[in-house]
Amino acid sequence: MKRRLLLLLPLLGFLVLGGFLYQGLSMNPFDRDSALMAREFPAFELTTLEDSERTVDGSLLEGEVTLVNVWGEWCPTCKQEMPQLLDLADRGVRLIGVDYKDTREKGREFLAEFGNPFEVNVFDPDGSLGFDLGVYGAPETFLVDADGIIRYHHTGYIKPEDVRETILPEVEKWRD
Amino acid sequence: MARLIRGLLAALLLLPLLAQAAGIEVRQFDDPVTEQRYQDLTASLRCPKCENQAIGDSDSPIAGDMRDRVYVQLQDGRSDKEILDFMVSRFGDYVLYNPRLEGRTLLLWGLPAALVLLGAVVVVLMVRARRRISARALSTEERDRLDALINRERNE
Repeated sequence: MKRRLLLLLPLLGFLVLGGFLYQGLSMNPFDRDSALMAREFPAFELTTLEDSERTVDGSLLEGEVTLVNVWGEWCPTCKQEMPQLLDLADRGVRLIGVDYKDTREKGREFLAEFGNPFEVNVFDPDGSLGFDLGVYGAPETFLVDADGIIRYHHTGYIKPEDVRETILPEVEKWRD
Repeated sequence: MARLIRGLLAALLLLPLLAQAAGIEVRQFDDPVTEQRYQDLTASLRCPKCENQAIGDSDSPIAGDMRDRVYVQLQDGRSDKEILDFMVSRFGDYVLYNPRLEGRTLLLWGLPAALVLLGAVVVVLMVRARRRISARALSTEERDRLDALINRERNE
């Protein structure tokens, strides 16, 4: 009888494997941590969207917890996300934008139309900063602490409930 | 009329060529070895946006950016490992179609080998057990009969 039970072992193995695969069906493939988590924000030297004469670099992010939002005029989700970003700015979060793969003209039009929650916007027409950040679409949002270390990463749309449930608690967590 | 149809059909046959040309740039290489390395790298890096496509097959903008980086770094004389490290440090292990052998991936790489080994052990044990059973199962009577049969064949 005991030997008979041994014959069920392959079935057991199959069920375990099946369980894993079934779980995989409901997983979101874009739900993965940024490779830059807990690492320094990549170095950059770019002009701002507002002023083509002004060059900014990593020192822009030092001294205060900052939310860096990568957006572009061509990105429809960025428009939907704007009210949430304005809300965050209202609540005292420091936001910096990265205008990703855009033209100056279109980027400025976008802010004029949908509002501007950003202290300043880094202009990244070739997507070089975006590439170093591992951005593969927009919007993407990074929380950077006062030492310039990336502490939290949000891929895609920030839903209204995300503001209170995830983003604000993360900002608070890294403020001290 | 027939000629027109034939012409249209011939044009249809050329359509796949158009599809293949879309999105993938033509690159100049100094030597065929570098070109082969470019092909291998773009085939083994996974596009972060499009789940199941290599960057060499994908039309997505990020795949194009990644191909540019691979090309430029090859021209700069970087090694394959340096280029892969460069990509992994930005996009994570996700972009490697061949996961690296390290502590975290030991199970991934080791399990198939372990299962094959286990299977081999099970087969050997089963064959041995069966052999012992069949050797034991012959009674004196059966053995005599077997001998008789063999001898009959020999005598004929």
